[in-house]
Amino acid sequence: MLFLTSRLSPITLRRLAAFKANRRARVSLWLFSVLFITSLFAELIANDKPIVMQYDGQWYIPLLVDYPETEFGGFLPTRTDYLDPFIQQQISDNGWALWPIIPFSYQTLDMQMTQPSPAPPDSRHWLGTDDQGRDVLARVIYGFRLSVAFALVLTTGSLVLGVFVGGIQGYFGGKVDLIGQRVTEIWSGLPVLFLLIILASFVQPGFWWLLGIMLLFSWLGLVDIVRAEFLRARNLEYVRAAKAMGLPSRLIMWRHVLPNAMVATLTFIPFLFTGAIGTLTALDFLGFGLPPGAPSLGELAAQGKNNLHAPWLGITAFMTLAIMLSLLVFIGEGLRDAFDPRHVKQHQSPAQETKHA
Amino acid sequence: MPNPATNARPLLRLNEFTVAFDGKVVVDRLSLIVNAGETLAIVGESGSGKSVSALGAIDLLPSNATVSGERWLEETNLDQLAKGDWNSVRGNRVGFIFQEPMTSLNPLHRIGKQIGETLRLHQGLSGQAARTRAKALLEQVKLPRPDELLDAWPHQLSGGQRQRVMIAMAIANNPALLIADEPTTALDVTVQQDILALLKELRDHYGMGVLFISHDLNLVRRHADRVCVMYQGKVQEAGSIADVFHNPQSDYTKALLAAEPEGRPAAPTDTTPLLTARKLSVSFKRPKSGLFKRQPPAFEALKATDLSIAPGETLGIVGESGSGKTTLASAIMRLVPSLGDVTLGDATLSQLTGDALRRQRHRLQMVFQDPYGALSPRMPVFDIISEGLCFHYPKLTPEEITKRVHQTLLEVGLPESCAARYPHEFSGGQRQRIAVARAIILEPELLVLDEPTSALDRTVQKQLVTLLRELQARRQLSYLFISHDLAVVRAMAHRVMVLKDGEVVEQGDCLEVLSTPQHSYTKALIEAAHLH
Repeated sequence: MLFLTSRLSPITLRRLAAFKANRRARVSLWLFSVLFITSLFAELIANDKPIVMQYDGQWYIPLLVDYPETEFGGFLPTRTDYLDPFIQQQISDNGWALWPIIPFSYQTLDMQMTQPSPAPPDSRHWLGTDDQGRDVLARVIYGFRLSVAFALVLTTGSLVLGVFVGGIQGYFGGKVDLIGQRVTEIWSGLPVLFLLIILASFVQPGFWWLLGIMLLFSWLGLVDIVRAEFLRARNLEYVRAAKAMGLPSRLIMWRHVLPNAMVATLTFIPFLFTGAIGTLTALDFLGFGLPPGAPSLGELAAQGKNNLHAPWLGITAFMTLAIMLSLLVFIGEGLRDAFDPRHVKQHQSPAQETKHA
Repeated sequence: MPNPATNARPLLRLNEFTVAFDGKVVVDRLSLIVNAGETLAIVGESGSGKSVSALGAIDLLPSNATVSGERWLEETNLDQLAKGDWNSVRGNRVGFIFQEPMTSLNPLHRIGKQIGETLRLHQGLSGQAARTRAKALLEQVKLPRPDELLDAWPHQLSGGQRQRVMIAMAIANNPALLIADEPTTALDVTVQQDILALLKELRDHYGMGVLFISHDLNLVRRHADRVCVMYQGKVQEAGSIADVFHNPQSDYTKALLAAEPEGRPAAPTDTTPLLTARKLSVSFKRPKSGLFKRQPPAFEALKATDLSIAPGETLGIVGESGSGKTTLASAIMRLVPSLGDVTLGDATLSQLTGDALRRQRHRLQMVFQDPYGALSPRMPVFDIISEGLCFHYPKLTPEEITKRVHQTLLEVGLPESCAARYPHEFSGGQRQRIAVARAIILEPELLVLDEPTSALDRTVQKQLVTLLRELQARRQLSYLFISHDLAVVRAMAHRVMVLKDGEVVEQGDCLEVLSTPQHSYTKALIEAAHLH
């Protein structure tokens, strides 16, 4: 850690300190990281098969390997349904199994329900089931992971594309900038939603399809910011000094101009991130998003709308989205303040005033 | 000319006035009196606390400052003023002129409206009455065509005109006291004289007291009655101009007075030109005023210019802002597109492009004006200095690079331990040394110095000039030295070229030009600079 901090520039150190000083942002980052890392291990938390088990003195890892039912005294050589009461009886008679906390995956249909679905929360389904008898909590955990992963990949992709295009336009200026600006303006005029709806009519849009289409347009928002920063920075004296030193353009852009532009860009990222989550949810809600059966928060919200007599569906969808987006916005605010030198001072001065008084 | 202040009536009195930022004292027990009808100058280098004491006197400091001591304006005890009452003091009984005329006017309001605002707030004037008064004020500060100027935007005015507008706003409410914080530092020398003469005239006309803050001893000597020399927040010496300048008591004042750059560079031995430029000119396209309008003629920032520099020689380029000095430097550095030939030794730079040009760049290097902007704040000094070396000599081992960086640091008078630190830890003079180190580590033959001393204090300027002369003698470096400061040019240059509006109006041996100028513009410059 000491090695790391000693290698960071004083500006970065000051920003880190400013971010740490913002308690809400720090706590939000912590909570969000814990939630996301937990959701990465969703298969260990919510699954319809045991993690490990011993049967007839032999070890099995159902989490990773599919075993036929005949292995456990069943009749058909099909994939084992571990939730089947007969199989469960066999396992408890002949060995033991370590189950995840929630014994349902996001697409498991619970066959042993005592109530018609959607079933309200009880000790078996902590957040109830949806209208197809699937565990809501399991779907939320998987849905959270999918949303964040989608937003992460989309943001990274947009960042690379946007910074690249904006940087080229801003750094070289002139004709490159003029043509680039017009092309991006025309491009941003294309209706994204209609494209997605048209697409949905002849392919089944999956995770990557959606990501690809969204990526085609989401980088446009970054171009203007990065371009403006590059335009400004290319006339800074230390950039001109690097030019006079004979460094090639790519090195100047990478080493001298980009760090300047990253301030505005990084401030924008949290909002790109929340935007991506929001868009994915909205598409799923409308039915143009992920394929049926995929764990999606938008689909849960749609179910909540269709089943007003089952409020746990709507409330769960709302709370999940609200908490996730709020955490992200708080983190974003903290980032923005950390990068804004004036904001830090404003935060400090009231405390100092009282100290002097 | 000292004012016969027989009926000296004290306007502003500071007694044991102390300002501290976060517990760090920046003005230490300052006591001064400004009388009606006289100019008191506070002189000091940057960081001496001169601006802070003026701002503190009228409570314009940021909230992390604490002040103590007594402040009196005529019969008012300023320390007991409530927050709201300050507004009737500032802008009304005390006028303020800031250093930067480019940024102290709001770019989104017309001149008339900005002057009218202070009239409305303090005198309740509005509409036609305010306009008439504003026009009278513009006349008083001797601006031409006041009627048109009332409806002009700030960007349509030159720096000197803007400063006159600022003065008009400051005197709008007949203040008893005028605080002028470096009012002419951002202006050209010939404009400086006019502004200060105007200030003096207005002072005598209204019987105001003027608190004049400056770092420029020449200006203070000619435009103030009494002077107060500050250093690191403490008053070193105070008294009448004659006493302080002719008979300085404190060591610091003596050092400050002796800080005029002096000496001459060693004569070059070789006269075969290293760099020659023939018919070098730069023009910028002007934007079209409408889609179907004809393209207006290009703006000629630099008209066809010939020059040559021998090894070990310094060519000084002198001129005011907008004269094309920096454009000339950029054209020689091939940083802007230009016409004409530039040859450096055996290479015709003007015919090279792309990689071939980049490979030649280590032979001519540049040092920029602003020591704060020229170094990347995100890189440690070692990376800043070694960057060009790593690119031009990729075969060097890390040990060799480290050795070269340390050698160069020592050569510019900085300890080796600087290498690991970041630019913000250094003072302006030290930063400029780092910038010089970054340039000379590539072993250039020609160094273009674009106003390298203008952002530095006098004492630091002198040190840098000495360093540059040493480097020149040791390495047979040629310099293209750009400056508006004739005293520095005299200490640096063998030959000098005077630029005005992109054209060379006079050139020749430095001492000859400075002692017997031929062109009227050169004469005006020398007159304004007050060389002795």
